Amino acid sequence: MKAYWERIYNGVVKENPAFILMLGMCPTLAVTTSAINGLGMGLSSLVVLAISNVVISLLRKVIPDEVRLPAYIVIVASFVTVVELLMEAYMESLYAALGIYIPLIVVNCIILGRAEAYASKNPPLLSLFDGLGMGLGFTVALVIVGSIRELLGAGSIFGIALPGNFEPIAFFVRAPGAFLVLAIVVAIMNAVGIKSRANKVVEGCDGCCANCASSGCDKKEAEV
Amino acid sequence: MKSLIMIIVSTALVNNVVLSQFLGICSFLGVSQQKKASLSLGLAVTAVLTVSSAVAAALYQFVLAPLGLDYLKTIVFILVIAALVQMVEMFLKKNVHAVYQSLGIYLPLITTNCAVLGVALTNVQNEYTILESVFAGLGTAIGYTVAIVLLAEIREHIDEEAIPAPFRGAPIVLLCATLMAMAFMGFSGLS
Repeated sequence: MKAYWERIYNGVVKENPAFILMLGMCPTLAVTTSAINGLGMGLSSLVVLAISNVVISLLRKVIPDEVRLPAYIVIVASFVTVVELLMEAYMESLYAALGIYIPLIVVNCIILGRAEAYASKNPPLLSLFDGLGMGLGFTVALVIVGSIRELLGAGSIFGIALPGNFEPIAFFVRAPGAFLVLAIVVAIMNAVGIKSRANKVVEGCDGCCANCASSGCDKKEAEV
Repeated sequence: MKSLIMIIVSTALVNNVVLSQFLGICSFLGVSQQKKASLSLGLAVTAVLTVSSAVAAALYQFVLAPLGLDYLKTIVFILVIAALVQMVEMFLKKNVHAVYQSLGIYLPLITTNCAVLGVALTNVQNEYTILESVFAGLGTAIGYTVAIVLLAEIREHIDEEAIPAPFRGAPIVLLCATLMAMAFMGFSGLS
């Protein structure tokens, strides 16, 4: 049981994908114009991450090593399509708000990163908890960034307007505001001693391939 | 003709892929340490994006849409992109080895660059024709290259500055991106 909680703790705190590993930056910046959008995006990613982790883990002995990346991508893309269709049917307003970023979950570095680094080497149940932990960590990060931006940019939180006379600073819901809020949040975390992994040389490829241009995963991919 | 030029201006500057659409942020932050590497990546992305826009648009128009397989587009597009990256890589390796070596490691990374899939999907959303899709792809790639080379230029300079400890690493790069995004907001007057 302890090993399962350890995976959750790892995903939310120790290796928080958005703040510590600096993965999945595109949705972190793009959809966090409000807390509710961040929550929706985080939960959609969580569902895809957990299910695809389990399936990849179940198939880990079947998929040949040479074609594993295309195979993972197809598995992830299938579940993303399922989530997209479900959202279109039952949560239309959120679907409209998130738009193109839902199909783009396919190329979210977190999902392929966890498939490669964890699910392809570990049993299904542990992989499920790894996916849940990482997804939860991602959701928490998106809600934090989304709340700050909504609070400053629109003067509300989760759609509830703040009492009192507060002039919203529209800058924070525009594009530059996203970069600024994330920069400040990461700087604060650095200041209190939670070191961002992006500051160090990343060993091995358990993350965004762009960040580890010289390590294992890319070389293997290049040989395919 | 005029609408094609408008598409290029709009995708490259007004709706810059990195600074206002937030696509391809991973490589934007990850590979922008050196100007030379970012220029190589920009050129590789340009090649892949232009071709993949054309192939994806053609596939959608002639295969997926007539057969009513619209919902398969995400899966089909990502496979097209992965295959295309592989082909570009093999072609360069065999025929233009010097270019292959200078790009080398950045080529396979383009598959997971969300700008490529993002453009293919946006083209469908905007109901672009194949020709318009190619120009949208080209414009996006120009915007990406401009943004990443500019950031690399800035980063080469800030390396020598005394930055407060908590801002070292990722935060200062994000702050640079903030200022660049503000500058690019000025282009919105062009549309």
